[in-house]
Amino acid sequence: MKEKKKWYDYLWIVSLTYLILGFFNILFAWLGLLCFFIPLLIAAIKGNKAYCNKYCGRGQLFSLVGGRFGLSRKKDIPKWMKSKYFRYGFLIFFFAMFFVMLWNTWLVFDGTRTLSTAVTLLWTFKLPWHWAYHGTLFSDGAAQFAFGFYSVMLTSTVLGFLTMVLFKPRSWCVYCPMGTMTQLICKAKNVTLSQKH
Amino acid sequence: MAKRKATVSISECVACGCCIKVCPRNAIAIPNGVYANIDKELCIGCGKCAKECPASIITLEVTEA
Ligand code: SF4
Ligand code: SF4
Ligand code: SF4
Repeated sequence: MKEKKKWYDYLWIVSLTYLILGFFNILFAWLGLLCFFIPLLIAAIKGNKAYCNKYCGRGQLFSLVGGRFGLSRKKDIPKWMKSKYFRYGFLIFFFAMFFVMLWNTWLVFDGTRTLSTAVTLLWTFKLPWHWAYHGTLFSDGAAQFAFGFYSVMLTSTVLGFLTMVLFKPRSWCVYCPMGTMTQLICKAKNVTLSQKH
Repeated sequence: MAKRKATVSISECVACGCCIKVCPRNAIAIPNGVYANIDKELCIGCGKCAKECPASIITLEVTEA
C-alpha cells in the first residue's frame, strides 16, 4: 500500500551531493544557504512546515541510512533531549555560534584577519581543508564564509548521524535548529491568525 | 471490541512529519506546522507512526466505541 514516490522524495541525493562537493571545492558551501532560506520562507509565507514534512533531504538521508540500512538502535531519545529547554537552548547556542562564524568572516572581509582554510567540527576541532580550496574570484571573505558555513553543515550532519545511531533515525529532527525555528514561526503565525478571527 | 488509535502528545510534537510518511492510511496531517493531527476515522491503530516518531510521543490509546 506504499504510495508512489514523489520527486521530492529524492532530495536526499541533493543533500548528499552537497556534502561531497564540499570535499572538492569549498565554494559550493554557499549553496547551503538555500536550505536555510527556503524553510524559513515557507514557514513565514505559508505558515507550515512543508519543508520538514516533504522536502528536507537531510531528514530523508537519516531515514534512509538509519531506517532502510538499519544503522540505528531505534531507541527512544532521552527525555531531556526533547524538552523545550534543550530544543530552544540548542537553537540559541547554534545561532550564537553562527554569528561568531559571521563575525570571523567579516574580519577576513575587512582584512583584519587572513583566510583560514580549515573546517571547524563541533565548534572545536579544526580540520585542515586546504585541499578543497582553489582560490576565489571574489574576496577572501567569500571563501571564509564557505569554510564557516560548511563547518556548520558538517557539524550538524555529524551530530545528526550520532543521534541517528544512538536513538531513532531522525532524532536530529527533534532538536534541529531549522525545525525548531520553523515551528516557532508557525506558532507565532497561528497566534496572529487566531487573533484575526 | 475497543479499538486502539494513535494519539499525539501535542505539546511535545516537533512537527517533523516523519509520522506522515509512514502512515498507510494517510491519516496524519500537520496543517499549521505546529503539531501532527490524526484523523481518528482513518487511523487503524497499526502503530507505524508511533514507531517512527523520533520524539516517541505517539501512543496507541483505546478510544470509546
Ligand atoms: S527538522 Fe531539520 S532535519 Fe528534520 S526535516 Fe526539518 S529541517 Fe530537515
Ligand atoms: S496508527 Fe497506523 S493508521 Fe493510525 S495514524 Fe499511525 S500509522 Fe496511521
Ligand atoms: S513524528 Fe512525532 S514529533 Fe514528528 S510530527 Fe509526527 S508526532 Fe510530531
